Amino acid sequence: MIPASFDYVRPASVDDAVSALAEAGDDAKVITGGQSLLPLLRVRLAAPSVLVDCGRIEEMRGVSDEGSSLLIGAATTHHEVMTSALVKAHAALLAAATATVADPQIRHRGTFGGSLAHADPAGDLPAVALALDCVLVAAGPNGRREIPATDFFVDYFTTALEWDEVLVAVRVPKLGSDQGWGFHYEKFNRTAQAWAMVGVAAAVRRSNGSIAQARIGLTNMGPTPLRASSTESSLTGAPASVGAVADAARQAAEGTSPTSELHAQADYREHLARVLTKRAVLAAAGIA
Amino acid sequence: MTELADRPSTTTPAIGQSVRRKEDARLLTGHTNWTDNIQLPGALHMVFVRSPHAHAKITRVDLSGALAMPGVVAAFSADNLGEANPKVICVWNVVENTVMPDFPALASGEVRYVGDIVAVVLATERYLAADAAEAVEVDYQPLPAVIDMEAALAEGADLVHTDKGTNECFTKHYAQGDYEKASAAADLVVSRRFVNQRLIPCPMEPRAVVAAPMGTSGELTIWSATQIPHVLRVILTLTTGIPENRLRVIAPDVGGGFGAKLQVYREEQLAVALANKLGRPVKWTETRTENMVATHHGRDQIQFVDMAVKRDGTILGMRVRLLANMGGYLQLLTPGIPLLGQTMFNGIYKMDAYDFTCTGVFTTTTPTDAYRGAGRPEATFAIERIIDEVAVELSIDPVELRRKNWIRHDEFPFHTIGGETYDSGNYEAATARAMELFDYDGLRAEQRRRRDANDPVQLGIGISTFTEMCGLAPSRWLANMGYAAGGWEHCTIRVLPTGKAELVTGTSPHGQGHETAWSQIASDTLGIPVEDIEVIHGDTRTSPYGMDTYGSRSLAVGGVAILHAAEAVVAKAKQIAAHMLEVAPEDLEFVDGSFRVKGDPGSAKAIQAVAWEAFTSHDLPDGIDPTLYGTATVDPQVFSYPHGTHLCAIEVDTETGGATIRKYVAVDDIGVQVNPMIVEGQVHGGLAQGIAQALWEGAAYDEDGNLITASLADYLLPTAVDVPEYITDRTVTPSTTNALGTKGVGEAGAIASTPAVVNAVLDAVRHLGVQEVPMPCTPQTVWRALQAAAASDSEAGAA
Repeated sequence: MIPASFDYVRPASVDDAVSALAEAGDDAKVITGGQSLLPLLRVRLAAPSVLVDCGRIEEMRGVSDEGSSLLIGAATTHHEVMTSALVKAHAALLAAATATVADPQIRHRGTFGGSLAHADPAGDLPAVALALDCVLVAAGPNGRREIPATDFFVDYFTTALEWDEVLVAVRVPKLGSDQGWGFHYEKFNRTAQAWAMVGVAAAVRRSNGSIAQARIGLTNMGPTPLRASSTESSLTGAPASVGAVADAARQAAEGTSPTSELHAQADYREHLARVLTKRAVLAAAGIA
Repeated sequence: MTELADRPSTTTPAIGQSVRRKEDARLLTGHTNWTDNIQLPGALHMVFVRSPHAHAKITRVDLSGALAMPGVVAAFSADNLGEANPKVICVWNVVENTVMPDFPALASGEVRYVGDIVAVVLATERYLAADAAEAVEVDYQPLPAVIDMEAALAEGADLVHTDKGTNECFTKHYAQGDYEKASAAADLVVSRRFVNQRLIPCPMEPRAVVAAPMGTSGELTIWSATQIPHVLRVILTLTTGIPENRLRVIAPDVGGGFGAKLQVYREEQLAVALANKLGRPVKWTETRTENMVATHHGRDQIQFVDMAVKRDGTILGMRVRLLANMGGYLQLLTPGIPLLGQTMFNGIYKMDAYDFTCTGVFTTTTPTDAYRGAGRPEATFAIERIIDEVAVELSIDPVELRRKNWIRHDEFPFHTIGGETYDSGNYEAATARAMELFDYDGLRAEQRRRRDANDPVQLGIGISTFTEMCGLAPSRWLANMGYAAGGWEHCTIRVLPTGKAELVTGTSPHGQGHETAWSQIASDTLGIPVEDIEVIHGDTRTSPYGMDTYGSRSLAVGGVAILHAAEAVVAKAKQIAAHMLEVAPEDLEFVDGSFRVKGDPGSAKAIQAVAWEAFTSHDLPDGIDPTLYGTATVDPQVFSYPHGTHLCAIEVDTETGGATIRKYVAVDDIGVQVNPMIVEGQVHGGLAQGIAQALWEGAAYDEDGNLITASLADYLLPTAVDVPEYITDRTVTPSTTNALGTKGVGEAGAIASTPAVVNAVLDAVRHLGVQEVPMPCTPQTVWRALQAAAASDSEAGAA
């Protein structure tokens, strides 16, 4: 742990954070839990001149009920998200996926917003945000703006956030089991603490023995999280049967562009996406 | 077992008790002296400039930018360090003409692996030194990387050391019996090529060293996170020229080693040389990133194994040809490590012919050396895998095949085809117990059901009946193997005036629990409670010479020295007690810590009272000198051979290729157990490491020689949630070669488990046409093996 030297500021409010960023310039970096940024600092892969610590800004923490959606502060820790009664009731997919992030120590430090803003293709939560059609709230010198998840993830480790913007909160539309929604996050990794080789976030609504709607987010199948659109279309109106789900899941890798690594080459990842999508949808739809 | 007449007969001997570890409170809370915790005023921090190339000429090193940075006191490359640049040495000359390349601590002219050290910067703060190291300018002219061992030996291959004219470090041949004759007489010869992949040891505490001129004499004190303070001092004096009496080496608490700290590293040598040169303390703590490329690696063999058998399963002979990866240079023991397996490829089996050849190969990779098991896991993997292959070829149950060929318990001591004499063992008992705990028949039935149902999750069963040699080592054996030192061990016990004791040992623990176990051994003989015994280790000034801790040697060699030192104490105490009680020594018996007059138990002197008498020495018998000390040195005559039967059931998800251990049974026989709880811990940790080689770990280089598994995100270590709950038990067949009857357990789990797991993976998918899955058996490799089998099956169908 020998990072290059940097300045450190800890603003007390979002406004102060935005000012601090403006003052520091585009070489500054926002930090909350530090679970993604510190590893980069310690091997000097990142060497920002200023760290703007937003981890203790009250407004950026906690989960609140906004009627049709939940508003989750960007600096809310993974542990707080996954144990929140509101999240468990109205965004069970997020709770389930968050519980698979790394290990308890990291979940107590790492934050929901930090994970999204880091935009690691292997991160679990971007695919969930995409599947749930979350809206991300950013604050900058010109005030606040809302960015749909589909527009937020731009490329590897790159988001729609400008250098002078802070991700403040995430709006998560409620999807309740009372409306027939079921959820599952199917993560495939080699060890419990490892990043996902591939992950599939599925939200499925059943109605009268068939699948009314399916939303499927894919982790680590390209530079950004992706929706398995072909599979989603095929599932709409399909019978809630193993055969129908298996058929639809065969299209899960369409339109993806996974990278190749030593233990997960692209063709294997595509295969995994199909297998895991089948499993995730079956589990979400409650099909034995 | 030898005479134990002077050991007290107590109702609850300490040996055999799961005494809670004395050292754990400080180790687990970290409230102790790790080397990195040592802060000395005026210390300079070293940061190294390491090669980003696997192989390159160094055409220019410019230190001027670094020297101009804040806090920088000095910077060196080979050019300006000159004569003070130490040489890293190898002490294991395995054959007469072993190729031993020059290995300067600061690379001179050429770099030969990613992580090779080109320059060092010393600054008043670690962070400033790191900043300045980035300002050192080095120009390289890249040379071809040499990564693949087989390619490295081919005609016209690029050379790692041009001046040596070859990439071959050595070739050693050993043969007993006539293998050609055996294979001619065989009904079947089963030939396989196994790859025992490179591993990175990854101790929890990275390396660290502090070297400081201390005291009025300017003696250099060296604190190092090492397994071998004594050996380190000898090598440091030989390689730096600083007289041995002016070097004091301290291994404070050390956070794991697994062989990675059984080494004398260039960073340690540079710390000493530069502290000596600059007259100031010098400190270095390795980062985890450095640890992955700069601490030696382990394993890395290609094994060609042939086994000649009769149709009934009788093994006639075995031939082994090894390629062993040395890396870019030779470290302390590098070429000897694969040869520790020379006597072990035959495992627990009888055969009439054995032909072994090992070639060491230089490549532009991190040097290899000892890693938990050191040569023996590689050998065990080969024999326990080929046995399963023979079982498949002959359609014999793998347990039955082993039973047919192993040494029976009534045949010990047994002189093996590998040239060793196995002291004792009972493979029948350990296997029977393991089968019972495992429910072998029940799991085989479930396996059949899953196969018949074409279940996407298939079940495999793997077995490993291993042995290893512990108690490194008889000094004469080491001499025969070309090793430069001996393998004896030493202990001094000082009973203090108030009856407490100090036990000074030459072993050097780094997590094993010596302080507790050694106290238990001494307690039984001395009659002094475990908590009244302080174990002192790891400081060359206070401990007598020793050979330190590695190779499951500490108990089987060092433990026996403790026993004999304690016996010497009791013998002397008995003389004094007899004088105090005005009887002849023969009239005394030693029970529960007291010397009692036989037939008159009321007349007694506790050993504590004797200790006070020895201290005051007001009235000692003639010829008895003051103090109550005892000393013993033990050089083992032979090894001890623990063994065990491990069974693994694994579920393979044929859709993803993922393998999950369902059940793991380990029945080990390590002879007498001093502390069963510590044994259990050693077994668990060893299993995790051995299973990890089978399923998770593997260092990989790209064709340019970059280590692509250079962080713990890419080099996967399992955590507690990844490994199964182990079912363990022990059978006890005491060693006949040492007075404690102990064998050794430090490496057993790591040696036995790897082949058991791989055998299980193959057993799960072999009926689907899979012949081999290389380690680590990752989901992708298993899936590809299944895909290839399915493709060749459908081709065969089409034809």
